[in-house]
Amino acid sequence: MENKEQGFVTIEGKRVPIQGEKNLLELIRKAGFNIVTFCYHPELAVYGACRLCLVEIEGMGILASCTVTPKDGMKVRVNSDEIRKLRRINLELLLSSGNHDCTLCSKSNNCKLQKLAKDMDVTEIRFKSKKLDSHKDATSAALVRDHSKCILCGNCVRICNEVQGIGAIDFAFRGFKSKIATAFNKELGESHECVSCGQCARVCPTGALMPNSSEIEEVFKAINDPKKKVAVHIAPAVRVGLGEIFGLPAGEPIDGKIATALRMLGFDYVYDTAFAADLTIVEEATEFLERFKKGTNLPQLTSCCPAWVNYVEKFAPEFIPNLSTARSPMQMMGPILKADFEDKGGKREDLVVVAVMPCSAKKTEAKRGEFYVDGNPDTDYVVTTVGLARMIKEAGIDFVNLENEWFDMPFGTKTGAGVIFGASGGVMEAALRYAVAELDPENARSVKFSSLRESKVFKEKTVVIGDTKIRCAVVSGLKNARKLLDDIKAGKNDYDFIEVMSCQGGCVAGAGQPQFEGWALRKTRAEGLYKEDTELAYKSQDNSGVQALYGRILDKVGGPVAHKLLHTHYKSKKYQD
Amino acid sequence: MTDKFAPVDKILKEHDCNPAQLIPILQQVQDLYRYLPEDVMRHIADKLEIPPARVFGVATFFAHFAITPKGKHIIRVCNGTACHVKGSSFVINTVKDKLKLKDGQDTTADGLFTLECVSCLGACGLAPVMVIDDVVHGQITPAQAVKLIDEIAAAEAKNA
Repeated sequence: MENKEQGFVTIEGKRVPIQGEKNLLELIRKAGFNIVTFCYHPELAVYGACRLCLVEIEGMGILASCTVTPKDGMKVRVNSDEIRKLRRINLELLLSSGNHDCTLCSKSNNCKLQKLAKDMDVTEIRFKSKKLDSHKDATSAALVRDHSKCILCGNCVRICNEVQGIGAIDFAFRGFKSKIATAFNKELGESHECVSCGQCARVCPTGALMPNSSEIEEVFKAINDPKKKVAVHIAPAVRVGLGEIFGLPAGEPIDGKIATALRMLGFDYVYDTAFAADLTIVEEATEFLERFKKGTNLPQLTSCCPAWVNYVEKFAPEFIPNLSTARSPMQMMGPILKADFEDKGGKREDLVVVAVMPCSAKKTEAKRGEFYVDGNPDTDYVVTTVGLARMIKEAGIDFVNLENEWFDMPFGTKTGAGVIFGASGGVMEAALRYAVAELDPENARSVKFSSLRESKVFKEKTVVIGDTKIRCAVVSGLKNARKLLDDIKAGKNDYDFIEVMSCQGGCVAGAGQPQFEGWALRKTRAEGLYKEDTELAYKSQDNSGVQALYGRILDKVGGPVAHKLLHTHYKSKKYQD
Repeated sequence: MTDKFAPVDKILKEHDCNPAQLIPILQQVQDLYRYLPEDVMRHIADKLEIPPARVFGVATFFAHFAITPKGKHIIRVCNGTACHVKGSSFVINTVKDKLKLKDGQDTTADGLFTLECVSCLGACGLAPVMVIDDVVHGQITPAQAVKLIDEIAAAEAKNA
């Protein structure tokens, strides 16, 4: 609603009301001038470094609009000759330093620097290029850094500090030697602080920081190897993210098209990670109910987010006993598929399991030593949502016009509880659906979970069944999680069960998803999952495939076989002097 | 293990472990070690509750801080405008040859000397100026510079 007291700013002759915009740039964008910037990000603090939002304000001169508070009566020019000239010079200066060879860059078509150069039709750079650090750091399984494409906007540094509360990277050195570096300029793979969440890559406007896509080549090789069978499974968030890359409406679940495309790519078995999510719920909620009855190791902390697990091991190992020992859906799917393959007479190493994930940290999770059996990993390769799009494009598949097919059985069955895993609050809701049904079978659907579905980084829900109260919290973003842990230590709260996702908004906002800014798209993607949920069975224990699996291979919920295949352990990785 | 950082902890305590005091803390710590060792920077970060990447960023931003060990004796030759006009480049080149420093190397292999070329020492009237271990030598010639270095090296040899 318009607040008359805030007044108006005149932008290129147009009167624009101030409605609580924090800075002039936001007001300019509201007025319809979509100025492309690099260092301004709506989720981060204002930095004012890229100098592309320069404007001329009458009586004030030329200023970076992101750093100016809009005031009544301001007269602003955004396209004066002077501003056009300066913006072009600033862009040319950015282009002159570093390697901006677009045709050879994975970020091409999705790069702000490229977009702006095209919009402004920059065809020559008047400044002499200075050869910069051409070192490419691919030591991390999760992320690749290419310093030669970095424009030092600092978005990565700010999100790592402000949102994740880690500070694994920062500006280092000076002048032409300035770079974004880890502590002591180590390779990212050797950084003690990095938890591989990849949010830095999500906010990088160029190709300087991207999820590691080296595994795609291996996946194609496995598909083309006649000796191997290749199984693929897609995480919940993938179905509400992938379509955006092909111009399909955001948040529309496209399971059917994805299943078709995966078969066309040559995968032998096409499954749904949501199956394993149901399995995770069965094990994790059972584990919770046991702990809850005994009152031990509470609050139970979820463990399906690999960056969060990395965080606990590195920065808060005192909470390891609280982590659920249930594996993440991805790491349940791998051993189940391989056990089933062996059960049917195959050899473990002849089945290659590929996981399509919205995440960069999942790549590091698959490589954890605990998840190998005699040198063979439970999950062979992890491809991101964007990586899958690349595979589909490379294979020339006309994705938009594909017919819907369905996942293979039995590991393609799922319930809505498994699908909502992709949104912050979804894992908790799924676990509570299970727990409520166990504790009070007659009123299994009586509890509503609307508070857990809000677009918030911190959510609470207390479930009351008779005189039993289960106090739950959902938190996303690691800095918020840190605060919650500190409060637990200080005795400021007494939750029984806490869901943590490293990325604000959950997996729908993971680093492997198509790049985006702001909360609106997070919400749209999550709504897609909740929509799919309404078309499926309500709770994980109703997944017929999961039930059959217990009968055939796993035996008892929480029993010895289930423990071997579906649970894991953690150890402190805190830095030691 | 805790003893190892006792002198650093003393400095940190003087500054109440205040992260805003990072630069003075690093200055004092560098005086102690002649550079900023990695484990010490990590310890400082831990105590100030800031990320080690930030400490590293500050340490690499300022020319004053060294992240590799500096020599026991620091030779600063001014190459500011006045000193440059008065021939400081000859002094620098001579010292480099004398200390057998290759391009990009600023500390001698034996760890005795570090050569720093600085932009202005604020003593233009004495140009060209060389400072060894905080003692100013004005209107220095290449020959005098070599002589001063020889004297220090001889004294060190005697002590050793």
